[in-house]
Amino acid sequence: MTALIDLIQQGRPVDGHRPWPRAIVDADLWEVAAAHLAAGDWSLLDLWGEPDRVHMTLLEEAGATVGTVSLDCPDRRYPSIARRHPPALRLERTLRDLYGLEPVGLADDRAWLDHDRWGVRHPLGSAEQDFEPLPKYRFLPAEGESLHRIPVGPVHAGIIEPGHFRFTANGETVVRLEERLGYVHKGIDSLMAGAAIERAAMLAGRTSGDSTVAYALAFSAAVEAALGMEVPARAVALRAVMAELERLANHFGDIGAICNDAAFAMMHAHTGVLRERVLRASDAAFGHRLMRDRVVPGGVAVDLTADGIAAIRALLAEAHRSFPPLVTLYDETASLQDRTVTTGIVGEPLVRQYAAGGYVGRASGRSFDARRLPGYAPYADLPFEVPVRHDGDVNARVWIRIQEVGQSLALIEALLERLPGGPLHVPLPAGSGEGAALVEGFRGDVHAWVRIAADGTVERCRLRDPSWFQWPLLEAAIEGNIVADFPLCNKSFNCSYSGHDL
Amino acid sequence: MRKLLLDGLLKRPLTEPAPPPDDAGLAELATRIRRKLGRSLSIREVDAGSCNGCELEIHALNNAFYDLDRFGIRFVASPRHADVLLVTGPVTRNMREALERTWNATPDPKWVVAVGDCALDGGLFAGSYAVEGGVSSVIPVDLHIRGCPPSPTALLQGLLALLEKAERG
Ligand code: SF4
Repeated sequence: MTALIDLIQQGRPVDGHRPWPRAIVDADLWEVAAAHLAAGDWSLLDLWGEPDRVHMTLLEEAGATVGTVSLDCPDRRYPSIARRHPPALRLERTLRDLYGLEPVGLADDRAWLDHDRWGVRHPLGSAEQDFEPLPKYRFLPAEGESLHRIPVGPVHAGIIEPGHFRFTANGETVVRLEERLGYVHKGIDSLMAGAAIERAAMLAGRTSGDSTVAYALAFSAAVEAALGMEVPARAVALRAVMAELERLANHFGDIGAICNDAAFAMMHAHTGVLRERVLRASDAAFGHRLMRDRVVPGGVAVDLTADGIAAIRALLAEAHRSFPPLVTLYDETASLQDRTVTTGIVGEPLVRQYAAGGYVGRASGRSFDARRLPGYAPYADLPFEVPVRHDGDVNARVWIRIQEVGQSLALIEALLERLPGGPLHVPLPAGSGEGAALVEGFRGDVHAWVRIAADGTVERCRLRDPSWFQWPLLEAAIEGNIVADFPLCNKSFNCSYSGHDL
Repeated sequence: MRKLLLDGLLKRPLTEPAPPPDDAGLAELATRIRRKLGRSLSIREVDAGSCNGCELEIHALNNAFYDLDRFGIRFVASPRHADVLLVTGPVTRNMREALERTWNATPDPKWVVAVGDCALDGGLFAGSYAVEGGVSSVIPVDLHIRGCPPSPTALLQGLLALLEKAERG
């Protein structure tokens, strides 16, 4: 087996791509990479494009290597990866929609984000104004006696994001679920191109609101890598405090919301209080409940004062007091367990194939955590565990969150213990370059890639939400379950629509 | 579980006797809703392209601190049951039709509240090929609540302003 690093060395290296290498490869090497993906040697972290080029970031867990390979395709065609490695499917359909890049050999010719409403075709490629309408969207067939279809969305009954679900059911049992997304596509890629770094950072922080810290951090780290700069130690620590607060708030919210979808409202009420307390402490400490625009390229935008530290410490104390009884409640309520245990199982081979991150991966045996691999400051100096389970059901995804709450509480405590002094921010040096980052948000790894132009603006920026590799697994999780358990499965994934649709 | 339930019964509620002007504002909101509608106010939330940040704060209105329910304001699952559409996000081109259809499905009298800076004019996303713009570029808007996202308190104050406006007719 070729090591990923060997493949990269066979290509033409791109100077100054940090922190991991990028190499321009030919079609043959591109196919070698596809074969390794198909064989399960490597994982696909991202696949994205430019008008005449495709990029792929790969992970080789065995060698702890990450690398990016790029293929020039002046004729706007490239060998399909999805043909051999299905996790690339929606990414390739997206590349076709946005850039007009054709994945050669891909059988699925349906659009993905393009719903024929933009008034332009291939907006980031040739941007044709004059075009034929798209054919009517074809959902995949499910044939057999007494099957019926249930279309749901895009507007859902709750306070949630829009998307369409097409169920095929046999009585109560789901035979097939097919998702159709793209409703909240805002064209973030195109808004990024040519934007000043400050504006681009704000856009990144608005890609998926629940992960605003994670996105701002990923974008900032990519910019800092591109410019070859270090951020001050105090900023590094404060970023981690914010990232862990964000994880706490979302996990508290999710744990309650999952139980609520099993009609166990009491848990929802209590974790809702905890979530609100996190948001209030975040507001007191950093001046915004979601900590939006607080992480900026070069450092952080606000300092943490003694009052802020006190607010966070009070939160930690309250969480240590009131969360454990809720965990016991979850664990000992048979009627609730009856709904979550063995519901919506995802097998380990699938999470490995899709390189699904976050609690979706960790509940099914994949321990990957971007804080560990590739790893970033300050986590190497902090003690924390990455919980893993193997049962892969709704219950396991709840438990991973419960355990991560404990880890985040301890991490924040450790960070506050030894908060370094010094500046919060350093000015960005002039210069251009390419950088990437992988940051562990609450739902999984966020990938950011950026190219800074000589005039200091963002030439291109790519942001990949963890949901890209989780949404498809939700389709697998619900198979064979009853329709009434879908909200429970869906909430246990809590994929981002906005982060996916971009 | 028994201890948690007992605690729930015996402890003081968390629900805020919020500091003024919110407290006065909240009480006033409740009276006005009753006076105006003689019943409760039903809200249907529609995400027309948001980053989901606005949804998080709308959700927070239901937690024990804000407890929107006590004022007779509640979120409903269908536009058919709604008095108010609470719309977030820059309206994406891909969501335009769904928003129009939701609006058409809402019986009169109805109000539309646009929530968040994006819903005002598209916010940071204005000018994209994929974005129509603010909510008012698609359906008539009665009130804008600014913020990115607006805090739950700002949302409550906004609903009060809406009722004032509705009373003035
Ligand atoms: S106003 Fe802010 S929080 Fe609301 S949708 Fe827009 S970017 Fe997200």
